[in-house]
Amino acid sequence: MYPAPFDYHRPDDIADALALLDSHGDDARILAGGFSLIPAMKLRMMQPAHLIDIGGIDILKGVRIENDALSIGAMTTHWEIESSPLVAEWFPALAQAAGVIADAQVRNCGTIGGSLAYSDPSADYPALILALNARLVTISLHGGNVIDAMNWQQGLLTTALEPGEILIDIRFPKPPARTGSAYIKIPHPASRFAVIGVAVSVTLGEDGKARDLRIGVTGTSTTACRALAMEQALEGHNLTRDAVEAASHLADEGIEFNDDQLLSAGDRAYLCRTTAREAVLAAWARARNKASA
Amino acid sequence: MSAHDITLHINGKRHDCRVEARTLLVHLLREKLGLTGTHVGCDTTQCGACTISLDDRAVKSCTILAVQADGCDIVTIEGMAGENGELHAIQEAFSLEHGLQCGFCTPGMVMSTRQLLARYPDAEVDEIRHQLEGNICRCTGYHNIIKAVQRAAAQARSSADGREPAVTKHAAPYPTDLHQRRHHGS
Repeated sequence: MYPAPFDYHRPDDIADALALLDSHGDDARILAGGFSLIPAMKLRMMQPAHLIDIGGIDILKGVRIENDALSIGAMTTHWEIESSPLVAEWFPALAQAAGVIADAQVRNCGTIGGSLAYSDPSADYPALILALNARLVTISLHGGNVIDAMNWQQGLLTTALEPGEILIDIRFPKPPARTGSAYIKIPHPASRFAVIGVAVSVTLGEDGKARDLRIGVTGTSTTACRALAMEQALEGHNLTRDAVEAASHLADEGIEFNDDQLLSAGDRAYLCRTTAREAVLAAWARARNKASA
Repeated sequence: MSAHDITLHINGKRHDCRVEARTLLVHLLREKLGLTGTHVGCDTTQCGACTISLDDRAVKSCTILAVQADGCDIVTIEGMAGENGELHAIQEAFSLEHGLQCGFCTPGMVMSTRQLLARYPDAEVDEIRHQLEGNICRCTGYHNIIKAVQRAAAQARSSADGREPAVTKHAAPYPTDLHQRRHHGS
């Protein structure tokens, strides 16, 4: 299988990429790592007339500290994220998630920006940006935009990205002291996409209670969601196993799941509750470890 | 549709090619350059039979445009054996441990193992299984593939000077096997 014909462009800098995107409009697609877009093009599900490869723009690659945030360039690969000492130190959940995306070969090519822009409902990162309170930086010929993670995914395969905009950077604010994070995923046995993935960040308060608990869930019917009811039930409490177990019954509240060949919506909701319980306990254990270190 | 002049360095040799924008790297390797050791299994980025090394990263060449690889160093399965046809230590380990049956997935398995050993020289079984998730074998049940990777890893660790290890001629574990005799001349 091979894609329908198209013109290929490889700009050296972001200004050229934006100019190309502006002049070709809806006929153009941005090529990041290509591991979502090229399979879709081979199946002729997408037939862009112009492909703008941003793989040659070095400024979009890499993990760095900028002010009080970890800035991850949109063209940073999953492998670079899973193997980054900075990511492992600040956000173990993000390193865990990057290391279980698809397989080793895909992780060498696929990028965080490409994944977030494609916005698959079973992708891993959407749960992470919610739990880690990330901000997504986009740029167009008319200037830049910073989008809160809660507003990024707008619907099935749809993001807040406007025509003419490119996602360039994902910024994760530095976690307070005594903060732990974790990601637990039930992978689809064949595709390795998330049947359910739950990302959690929590801070151990001075009083020993949970603060700023955020729970991101992916594998839902359209977009990743926060498990807000479970968060509220546990905020300000000591996260004992019993308390988390009790609150986990709220993990799927307000979240819609689909039936598919693998599982019923009810099965997924059940997996959401058990996975949320384990992910919260894992993040809490990390926060406590940091406190005792 | 645009066409592009690209330069690839494949198994140490320079190739100048003209490709359509939509030409996939695996098609260029197989159909234009005759390097048919790289296989197309699923063609949907899942099976890993098309795995090659691109600038020292194991990648699925069915999902990369040839033009994206312009200027890159590529190693395919044809580049693994020595000049006189002696097997690479990883290939030898697959042979000794019967890590293949029909052999269709094997080029991809070998190329993934090459990266696995570079990144995780002390990998335990769980890590080996995790790192080979992108390579599907429909024959072996994976048991002997894991053993082959472990053997290749031990081989690499025991070569003190860090160069590509010469293959130690172990006593063949299955001495009556014709396959063994072919490779050991015994």
